[in-house]
Amino acid sequence: MSYLGRRLLHSVFILLGVSVLSFLFADLAPGDFYSALRADPRMSPQAVEAMRQRAGANKSFPARYGDWAVSSLHGDFGYSLAFNAPVGPLLWPRLGATLLLTSTATLLAWLAAVPLGVWQASRRNRWSGRAVLTFLLAIPDLLLALGALVLAVESGLFPLGGMVSRGFAEMSSAAQVRDVLRHMALPVSVLALGMLPVLARHVRAAMVEAMDAPFALSARANGIPQARLLLRHVLPAAMHPLIALFGLSLGTLLSASLLVEVVMGWPGLGPLFLEAVTARDFGVVLAVVMLSTTLLVFGNLVADLLLYRADPRIRAK
Amino acid sequence: MKLGLAFLIAIHAAVFLAPWLAPYDYAEQHRDFAFAPPSRIHIFDERGSVHRPFVYGVVQDLGSGSYREQRGAAYPIRIFAGGSLVGVDSPGALFLLGSDGFGRDVFSRLLYGARISLLTGLIAAMLSAGIGLLLGTLAGYFRGWVDQSLMRGGELMMALPWLYLLLAVRALLPLHVSTLRTFVLMIVIIGGIGWVRPARLIRAVVLSARESDFVLAARGFGASHFYLLRRHILPFTTGVVVTQATVLIPQYILAEVSLSFLGLGVGEPVPSWGNMLSEGMQYHAMVSHPWLLVPGFATVAILLAYLKVGDALTERTVTY
Repeated sequence: MSYLGRRLLHSVFILLGVSVLSFLFADLAPGDFYSALRADPRMSPQAVEAMRQRAGANKSFPARYGDWAVSSLHGDFGYSLAFNAPVGPLLWPRLGATLLLTSTATLLAWLAAVPLGVWQASRRNRWSGRAVLTFLLAIPDLLLALGALVLAVESGLFPLGGMVSRGFAEMSSAAQVRDVLRHMALPVSVLALGMLPVLARHVRAAMVEAMDAPFALSARANGIPQARLLLRHVLPAAMHPLIALFGLSLGTLLSASLLVEVVMGWPGLGPLFLEAVTARDFGVVLAVVMLSTTLLVFGNLVADLLLYRADPRIRAK
Repeated sequence: MKLGLAFLIAIHAAVFLAPWLAPYDYAEQHRDFAFAPPSRIHIFDERGSVHRPFVYGVVQDLGSGSYREQRGAAYPIRIFAGGSLVGVDSPGALFLLGSDGFGRDVFSRLLYGARISLLTGLIAAMLSAGIGLLLGTLAGYFRGWVDQSLMRGGELMMALPWLYLLLAVRALLPLHVSTLRTFVLMIVIIGGIGWVRPARLIRAVVLSARESDFVLAARGFGASHFYLLRRHILPFTTGVVVTQATVLIPQYILAEVSLSFLGLGVGEPVPSWGNMLSEGMQYHAMVSHPWLLVPGFATVAILLAYLKVGDALTERTVTY
């Protein structure tokens, strides 16, 4: 229990540190949303000053950080100056869209990567499969996404960009599901294909390491068939690094798809973040960074919990 | 491994020699030849007799936008003419990989763009490995609070989603600055974010090295910290440092390409593989002018070579 308590406390400290750090960064940045307004000849300096006053931009740093941290904890991320709307309602639907995309892709990638990695490990020094994986690893998501766009245009089978078709609201619910699935197909495959080689390589490495252990040799010497040896004996022993990796892929659910979303026009956090970045809208930038950091820390915490369940060595410590 | 290394050396040499290899300057526009396809190089003329390699002049069909060869006008390819390796005389144009929307030669821009993309990866990886070496050595050698604070700081860095962090940091800095400053900024940002992994690995190496018998013996003879680090401990870390740098380079090249692709890296007219790709992003451009995707394929080739070399190095490096 003290182990879990320690991990939890640790996560809280990390989040605190990240929030102070990113807030500080945003604060130290030269220029902000108002500096663009100030350059606008149609705005009087007094009006800009009044806007700053109202937004509390003239308070001291700790006071502003405190205000921001407290309201963020309540799920209120302040007001987006560039989009002229509260950040929260801007964020939530996009958060859902991103999660839908990435969780499907992550699930698919894992489902494919574990058998693939195990299979690769079982025939370790034959390099045919490895070459394909390395080749896949070298193809950036960016290019995969562009290629998928070409495919969509040429074949005409898939819609280009967006999450729903026009007239979505009038469709029956079955048609709505079908419509979203059709829009998801390409971005999900691109993402999953991008994750697959990384995961499969890790699975393979972990398996190879576990296969070198004496227990695997003795199991083999006892005549346990290859398939059973791999799945029942070696795979559980190789679990430790894989669980940590699983935590990481859980944690990157919000940040893994930025490029794919931007290229393929998926209405997720990525395009919003990019727009906020170029508009220097720090409210949105900070909110997105904090959300994805929270998820990353949460993913690590889940991995710790799973490790605690799966690995008796940790419980003994 | 050897193949990959040879390929990388050849590419880097070609990029270094870009001003002499490229037929045109990266910013030179040929407004009459927008989106011209790759030039076809002939050695037979219409009558079937053999010539030295030449290209025909091309004219654009204004209705469809497609290009047609003009059989009347042949331009022989000249070697070492006008200061570059290959070129043709002026009314003709030699686009080995086609041209972009401004009629700029994609091949020349690919070579010049590689300077930004590859160099960012290379220097940023050295920066990361350097910071990692310094901090990892300090943490591993001196232990105590130095170790604690550096490793906790590292965990903080690891907790941040890196692409978001990259964009956020880039956003907080001025968006429109000169090319050189953007270049340096990108290197500092990309390299400054990724030091944690090398630092951890180096720390582990230093930790085990400082307990080895010969280090203890040297300390017993009264060797100073500086002497111990320089003569006995740092040589142990070279393998890890080189391997880590090699593993980081492809990631950083990708980071640069992504940043420029999103419009946050170096800006026009200076080419980088990322901002060249972003021009190909409009799907009509991609389908009708597929040669605009060439920087993407170049990235794949480079990444593949680096991955091969990195894998081979990782397998060779003894881990402690």
